[in-house]
Amino acid sequence: MTFKRRHLLGLEDLNADELMNILETSKVFREVLDRPIKKVAPLRGLTVANLFFEPSTRTRVSFELAEKRLSADTVTFTAATSSVKKGETLKDTVRNLEAMKIDMVVIRHGSSGAPYFLTRFCSSSVINAGDGQHEHPTQGLLDMYTMWMKYQRIKGLRVVLMGDAKHSRVIRSNIWGLTKLGASVAVCGPPTLLPVGLEKLGVEVYTDVDKALDGADVVNVMRIQLERQQAGLLPSLREYTSLFGITRERLKRLNKNYTIMHPGPINRGIEMSDEIADCGESVILEQVTNGVAVRMAVLYLLAGGEGRKSDED
Amino acid sequence: MKIKLIKNGAIVFPDKKQPLKGDIYLEGDKIKRIDLESDRGKKAKGKATFKKDEVIDATGMLVLPGLIDMHVHLREPGREDCETIATGTMAAAAGGFTAVACMPNTLPPLDNQESVLFVKQRASGCKARVYPIGAVSRGRAGKELADIGEMVKTGAVAITDDGSPVSDAGMMRRALEYAGMFGICVISHAEDMSLSGKGIMNEGYESTRLGMHGIPPFSEEVCIARDLLLCKYIGTPVHIAHVSTKGAVELIRQAKADGVNVTAEVTPHHFTLTDAEIGKGFNTNLKMNPPLRTQEDVEAIIDGLKDGTIDCIASDHAPHAPEDKEVEFDQAPNGIIGLETSLGLVATHLVKPGHLSWNQVAAKMAANPARILRTVGGDLRAGAVADITIVNPKANWTVKVDKFLSKSRNSPYDGWKLQGKVRWTILGGEVSYEG
Ligand SMILES: [Zn+2]
Ligand SMILES: [Zn+2]
Repeated sequence: MTFKRRHLLGLEDLNADELMNILETSKVFREVLDRPIKKVAPLRGLTVANLFFEPSTRTRVSFELAEKRLSADTVTFTAATSSVKKGETLKDTVRNLEAMKIDMVVIRHGSSGAPYFLTRFCSSSVINAGDGQHEHPTQGLLDMYTMWMKYQRIKGLRVVLMGDAKHSRVIRSNIWGLTKLGASVAVCGPPTLLPVGLEKLGVEVYTDVDKALDGADVVNVMRIQLERQQAGLLPSLREYTSLFGITRERLKRLNKNYTIMHPGPINRGIEMSDEIADCGESVILEQVTNGVAVRMAVLYLLAGGEGRKSDED
Repeated sequence: MKIKLIKNGAIVFPDKKQPLKGDIYLEGDKIKRIDLESDRGKKAKGKATFKKDEVIDATGMLVLPGLIDMHVHLREPGREDCETIATGTMAAAAGGFTAVACMPNTLPPLDNQESVLFVKQRASGCKARVYPIGAVSRGRAGKELADIGEMVKTGAVAITDDGSPVSDAGMMRRALEYAGMFGICVISHAEDMSLSGKGIMNEGYESTRLGMHGIPPFSEEVCIARDLLLCKYIGTPVHIAHVSTKGAVELIRQAKADGVNVTAEVTPHHFTLTDAEIGKGFNTNLKMNPPLRTQEDVEAIIDGLKDGTIDCIASDHAPHAPEDKEVEFDQAPNGIIGLETSLGLVATHLVKPGHLSWNQVAAKMAANPARILRTVGGDLRAGAVADITIVNPKANWTVKVDKFLSKSRNSPYDGWKLQGKVRWTILGGEVSYEG
């Protein structure tokens, strides 16, 4: 299967065929991860730069593992503070790296649109590892992959995205990916965390958890940033938990064979209790494993997939 | 060389319905006489006793009163790397402007007599008249009144804290009361900062899609409503800068119907662009304040221009150095340059589709700004200052930012094809720009 794009900037840009292509390819790499020797060669000779302008150990380690398992050379650049504050612009940073001959850039950045900005002056493939409150396409893909593996379909699933839709990049990538593959998507959270016009993205919007969960197959619970309370968007975390926390009682409204997901890290006791995070319906750790496979698939496809191999021969 | 005759042009009087063929005789820096073809019948045209380069043949051209941009940022003092009074007025002349009013948010701000005098001195001998606008509050900090009286005495034509609103309603009240003593208007950058928050674009479908903090339309409207109420009570004229929302147009329309002493301006970017452009590449030249709004707002603004709710078109020319704009969208400064594209955008997007006549353009880009700021110019009549803009309405051209006379390049219009171009700008009887 060939993949015509050079960058993965967001799932809004992709069509259903491209999304399925990535999921099918992920399946191949997921099998690699179960082998005793978890390493293949398709990215041999390529150098991937991981630029993390925001701390995110999980995503960074997942990308680094995916790159190493594809035999790429990697460099990782983390900036605790924004590079702009140190006087060097993002443009300078990336141009410098490119001068050292890299092939792909994985970027996590606090500004929405930063990966798009890179593509204007960067000749490498750019992979968005989370930009501002915009998209986190590989997280969206791994969430979809996890659902696809469990139900063998995406079409017709009813998925509830719980929590902070205003600031969550994961929610947007989930919305675009899932709706394109035919799932019905609902978003539920307090009105102060729901951006205006959300329904125009093709989802149902709820502020009542019980109504949102009614008849759902999957509930994907987003992390609540604790500083939202300080910003005056929530009266208290205790109130958030009582109104929007996932409880045993509330799960009764879901369909049989339901699934609980969370992109992590969980605020235990706030979004959900330990008991629910660790229950049999929770696939939270599977999501983490699948993340590596999905990122391998994305790197492989953007590097040219099968096409790259034949170039070498 | 002083121009003595502009012949055969279609003269665009701001208060007439359509352009009238005729000749304009100049003497020194004044208009001496206007000789309309309709008045003289088919008699022989002026006995040409002038030298060749004292005469402009404006056949096929429109002759407008010199355009006045009542809202520009010239960046001097403080950011001379972005623009200076000299380069800004060169850009103005190239855009057909014979006068600009400059905003006080310089470094340091224009909040005292000396700084206003500095601008006046720098502007002398430049390619356009410069009318300084003083700050409302000392340091634009919104706490105490600036030296308004002294600034007015030195030549300030209005006051504003533009760049920011006057957030404290009590402060705005005092500014209006005090400005009333001098007969000047207070220009309102209408924004409620508590509603704008960390916003970087219009709040709506597009900001939701792109994951950007939004500035809701009612951030502007809440502040306009406040200023209209204060204006109604105190009576000092209020001028609302850069109106960008449908609700704002409606508020101003209603206030005018109620007899409130309010005027308003819009910028070309708010009637030619929408927030839907931002997602196409996160171009920071689409980041401005107030932000680009929706198609519905664009239409409301055009309606407001048509029915007279909106008095003026001003560019809000805001030059920024390339390194300041070549950053992530949320970190870029607000604003775009506009002096050299205003007229072309107005001609192409308002006149050509039939929204405005050229006479209305002359009113909104010359006569009304002159009236609101109480400056010279803005009209074509015997005895008036000879500030004149001659436009070729049929000329097609492509915007090339590399060719701009402004020191900055931050325009979203690079590559746009426009119809209607400045041919000559005449300042006090002398050609300040020839295109
Ligand atoms: Zn302003
Ligand atoms: Zn301004």
